[in-house]
Amino acid sequence: MTQQTQSPQPVVKTPTGIDGFDDITGGGLPRERTTLVVGGPGTGKTIFGLQTLVNGARQFGEPGIFVAFEERTQQIVRNAASFGWDLPALEKKDLFFLDARPTADVITAGQFDLNALLAGLEAKVKQMGARRIVFDSVDVLLTLLNDPAAERREVYRIHEWLATSGLTGVVSARFSGEAPLLSQRYGFVQFMADCVVLLSHRTQDRVSLRALQVLKYRGSGFAEAETPLLIGPQGLEIASLGTTAMDYPASEERISTGVDRLDAMLRGGYHRGSSILITGAPGTAKSTLSGAFVDAACRRGERALLVTFDESAAEIVRNLASVSIDLAPHLACGCLRIHAARTEAGSAEAHLMKLRHLIEEQRPDCVVIDPLSAMIKAGGLIPAVSVAQRLIHLTKTHSITLLCTSLLEGESDTEASPLQVSTVADTWIHLSYLVRGGERNRALSVVKSRGTGHSDQVRELVLSDAGIDLADVYTAGGEVLMGTLRWEREAEVAAEREREHAELKQRRKALELAQTEAQARLEIAQREMEARHAELAVLEVEIKAYEQAWRKRSTGLEARRSVDGEPSAMGHADAPKGKI
Amino acid sequence: MRAQLTSNGKKIELRLYVAGGAPHSVQALANLKALLDTRASANGDHQEVGDHQEVNLEVVDVLEEPLRALEDGVFVTPTLVVLAPISARVIGSLSEREKVARLLGLE
Repeated sequence: MTQQTQSPQPVVKTPTGIDGFDDITGGGLPRERTTLVVGGPGTGKTIFGLQTLVNGARQFGEPGIFVAFEERTQQIVRNAASFGWDLPALEKKDLFFLDARPTADVITAGQFDLNALLAGLEAKVKQMGARRIVFDSVDVLLTLLNDPAAERREVYRIHEWLATSGLTGVVSARFSGEAPLLSQRYGFVQFMADCVVLLSHRTQDRVSLRALQVLKYRGSGFAEAETPLLIGPQGLEIASLGTTAMDYPASEERISTGVDRLDAMLRGGYHRGSSILITGAPGTAKSTLSGAFVDAACRRGERALLVTFDESAAEIVRNLASVSIDLAPHLACGCLRIHAARTEAGSAEAHLMKLRHLIEEQRPDCVVIDPLSAMIKAGGLIPAVSVAQRLIHLTKTHSITLLCTSLLEGESDTEASPLQVSTVADTWIHLSYLVRGGERNRALSVVKSRGTGHSDQVRELVLSDAGIDLADVYTAGGEVLMGTLRWEREAEVAAEREREHAELKQRRKALELAQTEAQARLEIAQREMEARHAELAVLEVEIKAYEQAWRKRSTGLEARRSVDGEPSAMGHADAPKGKI
Repeated sequence: MRAQLTSNGKKIELRLYVAGGAPHSVQALANLKALLDTRASANGDHQEVGDHQEVNLEVVDVLEEPLRALEDGVFVTPTLVVLAPISARVIGSLSEREKVARLLGLE
């Protein structure tokens, strides 16, 4: 604590070479200082120490010494062989194992100290030019001392020796309690270390979960969160996204989805090196779309890796053959590799690690994980999100096009993937069922597609012996109609049109009839008029006849009355006229 | 060489690993010598216990011969390696003298 003020220079670090650990500590262990690694039995303390030494000797030219208080050195060498570390070859020059286990038949008679060990190690360090040392594990030594004062004294002795030896030290300590750092016993051990690393192991959902956490790092920043840890075929692997920035290459190249009309919907296909998520309920043809993508990749002569869960390779090939996707030749030529995994086989981390090894082995151009939900759900949601992100990170850094399917059930979560992968995925295609009129039809829609225009329209996904196709959907009254219902609805509308047509025709007929009636009425009126006209003519004749008759009579009278004056005759003439 | 004594007259062969002048080491050497002295007259590293019993004691300073200690599997000091009459290893300052005496058959 008091030393903090007098160390303005940054802490120099020694890389462990353990995947991920050097990332979270920003470079590794504090150089020429002591790191305490604490953890329960079987958490990987021994492997951590050993791997630090092996990598030091092999990669960094730093010979090391392993002081084993607990395990027989032969046992350690045998365990290391399973990680592919050839210790016997290293042991000759760069690695020294010291079996310092307390002998069972030793008799204790009074107090003792570790001077012999430290003097011996000192000589050995000089002899081989060692730069690293591991004490595994110090609690066995403490048990031997069996006296709190002696424990403290000897731990300080080791600490002093380490501090002056110029070695980068790893001291492991086993604990079997909930709070190792609150324990009196390890409190002072912790204090002497510049860096404290906690390893843990627990079981969740029947899946084994290991984790590593840096609790303390004097004079340096570090990632404080608990990080998933795996004991893999090549030693410890620590899951870390690293501190590297997101600097993936962005390709403009398009690759086929395996379905022509889907390529068209996406303006040419998926972007190479992008990540695609296909979500949907069971049976919505997610696997079929994946198969089409893999098939297209292999036809282009690319290598593809198909990772499936709880379904054998043979079953997949058979199922896809039913929709005319033949993967067998691709498998035969080695373009395609199908890895059929079991969900229960391990945690999400273990699956990711396996996938990383498969990718390194095969170097595929395209990877399909069907379904992603099976792969990353083992062991809870929090690690799942982290695994999904690292999976995408992994494929993007290798420019691999990654297609994942994910199971979504029910209508409620159609717009929000529970795995939050949707936020990381570049293209998100959602498949759903529309159930109407006693029929299920598959609908496909592109929810999002980064860096590309895409059709917003929902299409009907049609599976047949001939393969996969997308059909335009029929929209009516704001509803999307598919399948039989689409035909029904179309027929219905046709009938309606027919009826309207007939109605119009009927109206025309009615009008025509009315017009004919009016015409007829018009003719009657015409005849009537003619009849009246004739009557009127007759009447005219009668009138003329009458007037003539009247004139004749008055002429006769004039002749008789010619003696009398004329004017009076005119006056008389008026009278008969008024009679008419 | 093979005297009949309280310890059945067998030869005693001892090797004591010490760390220079470290307190526990100094104590152990003193305790061992005192134990042997009560039964014999010291004669350098060669001692005669009782009448005829021969005691062979070698003192190894781990600070002088560190690699030897490592090869012998001696990690703590002081360590008393009993080579004869029986084979045993005693660690500590030998302050519990009776325990050591019993082991060596010197009661």
